[in-house]
Amino acid sequence: MIPASFAYARPTTVDEALQAIAAGGEDVKIMAGGQSLIPVMRLRLAAPETVVDLTKVTELRGVREDGDSLVIGAMTTHSDILRDPLVARYGKLIAEATETVADPAVRHRGTFGGALAHADPAGDLPAVALALDAEFVIAGPGGARRSVPASAFFVDYLTTALEEGELLVEVRVPKLGEGWGVRYEKFNRVAQAWSIVAVAAAVRREGSTIAEARIGLTNMGSTPLRATATEQALVGADVSLETVTAAAAQAAEGTEPSSDLNAQADYRQHLARVLTGRAVRAAAGL
Amino acid sequence: MTQINVRVDGASYSDDVEPRTLLVHYLREQLGKVGTVVGCDTSNCGACTVHLDGESVKSCTVLAVQADGSEVTTIEGIAEGGELHPMQKAFHEKHGLQCGYCTPGMIMASIDLLKNNPDPSESEIREGIEGNLCRCTGYVNIVRAVQQAAGEMSSTAGAQA
Amino acid sequence: MTLTDEPTTAEAPAKEVGNARLRKEDARLITGKTTWTDNMVLPGMLHMAFLRSPVAHATISHLDVSAAKDRPNVVAVFTGQDFKDEQGTIPCAWPVTPDMVNPGHPSIAVDTVNHVGEAVAIVVARTRTAAVDAVEAIDVDYENLPVVLDMEEAVKDGADLVHASTSSNTSYHFVFDAGEAGTGSDTEAAFRDAEVTVSRRFVQQRLIPAFMEPRSAVVGVQGDNFTLWSATQIPHILRVMGALTTGIPEHKLRVVAPDVGGGFGGKLQVCPEEILALLVARRLGKPVKWTETRSESLMTAHHGRDQIQYIDVAARKDGTVTGLRVRLLADMGAYLRLITPGVPALGAFMFPGIYKFPAYRFECDGVFTNKVPTDAYRGAGRPEATFAIERIMDELAVELDMDPMELRRKNWIGAEEFPFTTVAGLEYDSGDYEQATQAALELLGYDELRAEQKQRRESGDPVQLGIGISTFTEMCGLAPSRVLGSLSFGAGGWEQASIRMLPTGKVEVVTGSTPHGQGHETAWSQIVADELGVPFEDVEVLHGDTAISSRGLDTYGSRSLVVGGTAVVKAAEKVVAKARKIAAHLLEASEDDLEFSGGTFSVKGTPGAGLGIQEIALAIFAAHDYPEGIEPSIDAEAAFDPVNFSFPHGTHLCAMEVDTETGFVKIRKYASVDDIGTIVNPIIVEGQMHGGLAQGIAQALYEEAIYDADGNLTTGTFVDYLLPSAADLPTFHTGNTVHAATSNPLGAKGVGEAGCIASTPAVVNAALDAVRHLGVSDIRMPLTPERVWRAIHQGGDGGDRAAEGSNAYGGARTTESGIEEAAQ
Repeated sequence: MIPASFAYARPTTVDEALQAIAAGGEDVKIMAGGQSLIPVMRLRLAAPETVVDLTKVTELRGVREDGDSLVIGAMTTHSDILRDPLVARYGKLIAEATETVADPAVRHRGTFGGALAHADPAGDLPAVALALDAEFVIAGPGGARRSVPASAFFVDYLTTALEEGELLVEVRVPKLGEGWGVRYEKFNRVAQAWSIVAVAAAVRREGSTIAEARIGLTNMGSTPLRATATEQALVGADVSLETVTAAAAQAAEGTEPSSDLNAQADYRQHLARVLTGRAVRAAAGL
Repeated sequence: MTQINVRVDGASYSDDVEPRTLLVHYLREQLGKVGTVVGCDTSNCGACTVHLDGESVKSCTVLAVQADGSEVTTIEGIAEGGELHPMQKAFHEKHGLQCGYCTPGMIMASIDLLKNNPDPSESEIREGIEGNLCRCTGYVNIVRAVQQAAGEMSSTAGAQA
Repeated sequence: MTLTDEPTTAEAPAKEVGNARLRKEDARLITGKTTWTDNMVLPGMLHMAFLRSPVAHATISHLDVSAAKDRPNVVAVFTGQDFKDEQGTIPCAWPVTPDMVNPGHPSIAVDTVNHVGEAVAIVVARTRTAAVDAVEAIDVDYENLPVVLDMEEAVKDGADLVHASTSSNTSYHFVFDAGEAGTGSDTEAAFRDAEVTVSRRFVQQRLIPAFMEPRSAVVGVQGDNFTLWSATQIPHILRVMGALTTGIPEHKLRVVAPDVGGGFGGKLQVCPEEILALLVARRLGKPVKWTETRSESLMTAHHGRDQIQYIDVAARKDGTVTGLRVRLLADMGAYLRLITPGVPALGAFMFPGIYKFPAYRFECDGVFTNKVPTDAYRGAGRPEATFAIERIMDELAVELDMDPMELRRKNWIGAEEFPFTTVAGLEYDSGDYEQATQAALELLGYDELRAEQKQRRESGDPVQLGIGISTFTEMCGLAPSRVLGSLSFGAGGWEQASIRMLPTGKVEVVTGSTPHGQGHETAWSQIVADELGVPFEDVEVLHGDTAISSRGLDTYGSRSLVVGGTAVVKAAEKVVAKARKIAAHLLEASEDDLEFSGGTFSVKGTPGAGLGIQEIALAIFAAHDYPEGIEPSIDAEAAFDPVNFSFPHGTHLCAMEVDTETGFVKIRKYASVDDIGTIVNPIIVEGQMHGGLAQGIAQALYEEAIYDADGNLTTGTFVDYLLPSAADLPTFHTGNTVHAATSNPLGAKGVGEAGCIASTPAVVNAALDAVRHLGVSDIRMPLTPERVWRAIHQGGDGGDRAAEGSNAYGGARTTESGIEEAAQ
């Protein structure tokens, strides 16, 4: 299929992008890698008046350090992420999850920021960002910037805190260095498919005790979720199969996953518990 | 209409395109590069895979305007000096194709795979081409072809080093 | 790995048949120098796009195309009203019973729509983009009618009707009773006297062929002549049927199948869009093109399978089977296409499988529903039969507490019993089930895996292991024309070939078989190289164009090599016979004194004197010196009509890991040993096996076309209709035994469908074997992780895939008696 006709802008700076968005009329779509947007436009499930293509906004691409944070430009591609030495060192959870996104050709175009701003609860990166308490840096009309924590960024199904005229610029995540173990446990029917459920786990051990635990759930509701009860049960607990299994049993608490052809809600909740157990065991080195 | 300048398989083209024109349609319909084909609407099948500035992309999920100023390589541009690319040769010698419709995309994806991982294991090959669907071969001979090409390309590279 | 009964004969090294020749076809396919139909551009060509029904069953209450006509670059817009008097009906070539109800199949809806995706209007424009854009400007309203989706509901008295013109949703009731046919004993008596009976209801889910090249049609117009290029498996049949349907005289219609990107039965069709492309081109006098999108393909190209199977087996306590009873409900969809009703009927003769059932009865109802029609999909009837028999043999083994292989061995036809006439009246040609089984067991490493299974079971490993068996046979080489006639099929089963000897000694082989990935150009070259003694490279194979190959019956049902390849052999024999007369003349010898070997006629006992067949080709082209009374040509043509089907068989073994915590199933190892008769090209054979296995495994694990309660196809893209990728499938370990077919001189049995037919039950049996000790006795296909998990932890067969209603019929379950249940 062929997308419906649209006006097209290809800015080269964030300022130009903001202007293009402002000038784009009522129905503007911001295109990052386009790997979700173009198929949807081809099926004519979306027919925006204007598409603002960010692929030439080079200032949005790249990973840098800022103190205890990794700062990932919104237009950094999944492939960039997988090749980036800083991510390899401090962002292993991001790398593990990114490796499971779609396939290599899609990862060459698809971007970190695009995947987050699209906010598909079945996408792999939102749960990771949530687990890491990422900060979303957003530029508004006129260039003013604001920062939104992940806990407030994902509002609803395909809906974020991004307001009209705004642009996601970069995402700040805490560096996870020594002592942290991570695991992205993805469950799907075929390799290329979206997650039925996935669990992003990061665990910091101090000796035989779990000092910190961050667990994000993919596709367990209309937004990514934290497995808060499990996290609380883990912190301060001994690293043992029993404690991890008991904590993982609480992973689905408070979730309201959807039912679809691949899984009904109760099965998703079951998977969340099993996969959380597996992810935490792997992250904790069990 | 937007003007684009693009190099495809070593030749330069300058064209006016609608922004909504997909790269694959531009290649097929305006340039006559019909070796690259369309297999789906959702970027699942990978039949349209080409290289854009040296990286594999699904040309049904890239706009032609996005290729402005870029270098595109298709299945029609990988044989050099009348010599098949080692990957083309390997697909032939290992019977890695039957109907051949997925083959251009499969070959382009496989070349990209080896660029990033010159000596892949069987499971790395299988995962590396997970974005390319084949309905005929059951993939066994495609995996064998990629293995053969990897061996040949690394020994060639070794000989040059 | 290849095993043969016969001691290996020392073959001449130059022999092409049996040689692993690399394919000639590849040169264009690996370089992108291809001729897919969608590549075709004709001067002045217009593009077609369809408005398709978004509802499953409705009357069209309002249809206004005027706004679309006013769109830029739009040349014409047509509706069903424009073509109602000339579109005829999509042909159905297989009225399986004399009283079969066929309500007719308009190519474009006139008053009512009967499935989602049915064509409602056609926009014709200068560009494809303009056509697609203008479709959105069409104003249409529908008045909904009750939607019929569930076959078991649809066959009840008082059910809502798909077609108001019919008295029920049942198209036909087809019966084969071995007792009545004289091929077996009384089935009811066998069940009455049975010591043990096992009854099951199995579901063959709806599948989509999903060839990689979307369908495409281009029509060229030259005065009152039309050329239809199409991505079809059947250019010859399409020509006849297209002519009959549109009224274009057959001699004014040429059909060309250029490079075709897979078919799997899905392009064995006279498609509504092909007919409409012809009608539009005729109406406008302009060339037109239509190429479908993938979502259009999944929604409107015919689907496959979709049966509810009630099967009962009767046996003695020692395991000897005594009777088999099958009753099917087969979903036709909304209309009957080319062989829609015949697919389940073709399966009728295969349910007894390789076993010596003394009694057998088969009944099938073809049922209309508001879904896209079903038709051929790789195996067409035989996978359904093989699944049912191979699944229920496992269930019988459980009932009898017997090893499933021992049960099979006890009942299968012994190697010494061939040729064997089955209870279904078929004469199986050759084979050795024990030999193939032994080889497969070794290839799998059966004993080690059984030991590991035991160990995992004893340790309560969350990942359990199972081994599934499928010992199968199928009927190929479609088909003896008289047999097809007796089954009311609308055509014969012969195939045509001709051989043209060119002056330079090169050879053109024209075949009526039409490849779309099988490698005919290579295999036919090998056959001709041997028959004529010419170099492989000197042979060119021409196909797929009715102007070049005027007679043919095309490619499906694993028939090409068996029937089409034999026609090539027969034509070559005629060439040699004609050349012999000329050789005798030029060598001044008696024909009887000539021997033909390695492409050369020589005079017995006279070393040195010889004449090559390629030289004869030049001599007869010049025609300066040839015998009186014969024509100056050694070209020849032959048609071959087989006297029997051929019966490939094999043993397939699947080792499966089941994660009992998540329900995820993963094939650990897959091994198969198939007997497909004589092998012309081992690498092509291996490739066909691999591809068939992938599709059969995909039915077991991944694929299912699902309609929601309103009749919308919810698996309408490759996001939801799951084809496995390389990452989802294992390496396959395949081997062969060789028992030549007895019905053709090549000895070939056919390989195109074997893997697809055999593998599905092996995979499901393997999963069940892994978890049967946990109380699981059935899981519905495809084995989604959720279904497997539910079957393990909640009992039953895994349940529906959708919370809301869908076409996923209630699933497999044990029945008191399949027949009684179905008859309610």
